[in-house]
Amino acid sequence: MDAFLLQILNGLDKGGAYALIALGLTLVFGTLGVVNFAHGALFMLGAFVAVSVQNLLTISKKVKDESITFFDAYKETPYLEIWWGDTGTALIDYAVPISIVIAIPVMLLIGLAVERGLVRHFYKREHADQILVTFGLAIVLQEIIKANYGANPIPVGAPDIVAGSANIGALFGIEGLVYPWWRMIYLLFSLAIIAGVFAFLHLTTFGMVVRAGMHDRETVGLLGINIERRFTIIFGLATIVVGLAGVMYTPILPPDYHMGMDFLVLSFVVVVVGGMGSLPGAVAAGFLLGILQSFFSMNEVKSILPGIDQIIIYLIAVIILLVRPRGLMGKD
Amino acid sequence: MTKNSKTTNESRRDFLKITAVGGLAASAPMIFMKNAHAYVNEPKGATVTLGFNVPQTGAYADEGADELRAYKLAVKHLNGEGDGGLLNTMKPLSLKGSGILGKKVQYVTGDTQTKSDAARASAKRMIEKDGAVMITGGSSSGVAIAVQSLCQEAGVIFMAGLTHSNDTTGKDKRKHGFRHFFNTEMSGAALAPILEKEFGKDRVAYHLTADYTWGWSQEGSIKKYTEALGWKTQSAVRTPLGAGDFSQYITPVLNSGADVLVLNHYGKDMVNSLTQAVQFGLRDKQVNGKDFQIVVPLFSRLMAQGAGENIKGIFGSTNWNWSLKDAGSQAFVKSFGAEYGFPPSQAAHTCYVQTLLYANACEMAGTFNPCDVIAALEGFKFDGMGNGPTEYRAEDHQCFKDVLVVRGNENPSSQFDLLEVVDITPRAKVEYPASMLGGDLGSCNA
Repeated sequence: MDAFLLQILNGLDKGGAYALIALGLTLVFGTLGVVNFAHGALFMLGAFVAVSVQNLLTISKKVKDESITFFDAYKETPYLEIWWGDTGTALIDYAVPISIVIAIPVMLLIGLAVERGLVRHFYKREHADQILVTFGLAIVLQEIIKANYGANPIPVGAPDIVAGSANIGALFGIEGLVYPWWRMIYLLFSLAIIAGVFAFLHLTTFGMVVRAGMHDRETVGLLGINIERRFTIIFGLATIVVGLAGVMYTPILPPDYHMGMDFLVLSFVVVVVGGMGSLPGAVAAGFLLGILQSFFSMNEVKSILPGIDQIIIYLIAVIILLVRPRGLMGKD
Repeated sequence: MTKNSKTTNESRRDFLKITAVGGLAASAPMIFMKNAHAYVNEPKGATVTLGFNVPQTGAYADEGADELRAYKLAVKHLNGEGDGGLLNTMKPLSLKGSGILGKKVQYVTGDTQTKSDAARASAKRMIEKDGAVMITGGSSSGVAIAVQSLCQEAGVIFMAGLTHSNDTTGKDKRKHGFRHFFNTEMSGAALAPILEKEFGKDRVAYHLTADYTWGWSQEGSIKKYTEALGWKTQSAVRTPLGAGDFSQYITPVLNSGADVLVLNHYGKDMVNSLTQAVQFGLRDKQVNGKDFQIVVPLFSRLMAQGAGENIKGIFGSTNWNWSLKDAGSQAFVKSFGAEYGFPPSQAAHTCYVQTLLYANACEMAGTFNPCDVIAALEGFKFDGMGNGPTEYRAEDHQCFKDVLVVRGNENPSSQFDLLEVVDITPRAKVEYPASMLGGDLGSCNA
């Protein structure tokens, strides 16, 4: 029972990341009709917003390390700690939550710049052209990050208060069942963001116009509504969503310049399984594939089907595309 | 007329044949034309080129960066620049600090990307295009074995960097390949007595293993030695190299009944898997009435740095540590620290030593000819390089020396004092017969 619960939780927190990335990807495809291969790179940029904030907060004064006698070594003490003592330490500790606030305007600006500067020129071009240009953009963004931050992963910690594990076994009467706090926070965060995006699209006039535009762009345009401008804002919104997913992921996995590519292929599988352009489909597929990946990594399964954990997501994608060519929630 | 015509046709055919053969010969890489020179990439001018093939990206990029620093320092010292480093302590020493055989040392670099195919392509480029007379580097056994095999085919020497799999000098050993680093067999033999002393004989182990030659080799060696103690192995689960998120592999450990987790991971993978294991509360658990323990059989200071607090109290083995007090270690730490502002890692140490050993062998042989250099290295006994008396065993080209057992330092005295040496296992206790790991060196191919 406890092994089952752990795998469910593990699948849900993985699924949360997949769903957030796929949600942005689907938003862009559903509104603008653009297959955005730079979406993974935007996830990576979000993570590097957290790295940059951490670097900024830990700008340090170098002091000679007297314990090293063979050569001149230096200890680094952050100026924030020198100036503000414990308050400075607490600010550094909360680098990731602070990054969330900073990432919203930063990612919005990046999203608008990408859409206005590049992607809008490819709205009426074939998908192959869109894929080529956005994939090229992803490589350029990667190389910029590599040149400035190096190739190695950079650890970014969660605040100390949530760095450990929660005793979730107490909720189910199972002794010793624990799960990392930050992973549960990530799951709740992704659910909140998904709910926020759905509420925005369904409960606001702006969202209704966008949804109408997704169904019939021409008719909405004939009504005198500037649908293009709204779609630009949606691109910005998708960039914020994927950027926040990246910021929040940094305590789970130290970010490096390549992390976007690692998630990109998975996210496209999620979108295709969910149904291209279907927002609920992307979310459902994200969680479904996260849970399946987690379960198929269990020893009981791997002992029967060795290596299944590596291929299960793609296997499911093949089966679903054979049975439902438009995906789980795609419309004919 | 007919005769004339036939003669013309024949001569045209002959001409075409000769042109085709000549063209093919001219376009064939020099690598396949051993008779063009006395041996491949024989240095003709005033310089000699070495090829440093290290992971600059991928799961082992941290180690690769430190390896490259060490190689650059070795080149400086070989060319008589800087403080001379281990040239001051190495015995016996044929090097004079004037390059190798009077030729100034220069180098080319490549990125293995921690992938065998990329590493081979990079090494091939260095041999064919850059004229490297020796290739060295790598932080992965998969890469080392692939590049070693390429160097054997190409007829150049390969001085392996950080490679810990038994196979490198076991079933996949080659006449042109040499390894200074220790291997998983030695790690198992050195670690087992300490694990017995610290954790007892009644333990249940769960292995998470990087799914390639090194991981399999380490899992096999640790199982062999711990099961001989009386430990049981509950499960051994293979994980992909560079998996990043290991949570789906760690959650099954929680309720498996195992009370020891053996992480057969290295570099970024080890940092991630250990951090995540601690996040999942494994170090706070009690199983079978005992405190849950984590063991990392191959340790490095760079990994300890990445894992931070999580490394404290965890046992492992290492090829070398900067805190050693012998003259060689101190000379290297002083030299490296003055150059870069921090102490070298075990990866940096082994790469630096390998470069000096190769250069010294060339001086001993009086030539860069690989066959003579191999003969000089085989059975070479040396000291003053940080590991005590060491020998390059002729039968398998494996260095034999003492092995360090270390523990994550609970009370570090400085930011670099992350590993505490708890035991120096003498060479005699980790030595094994050359035939035990199989393989065939083959013959010199120059």
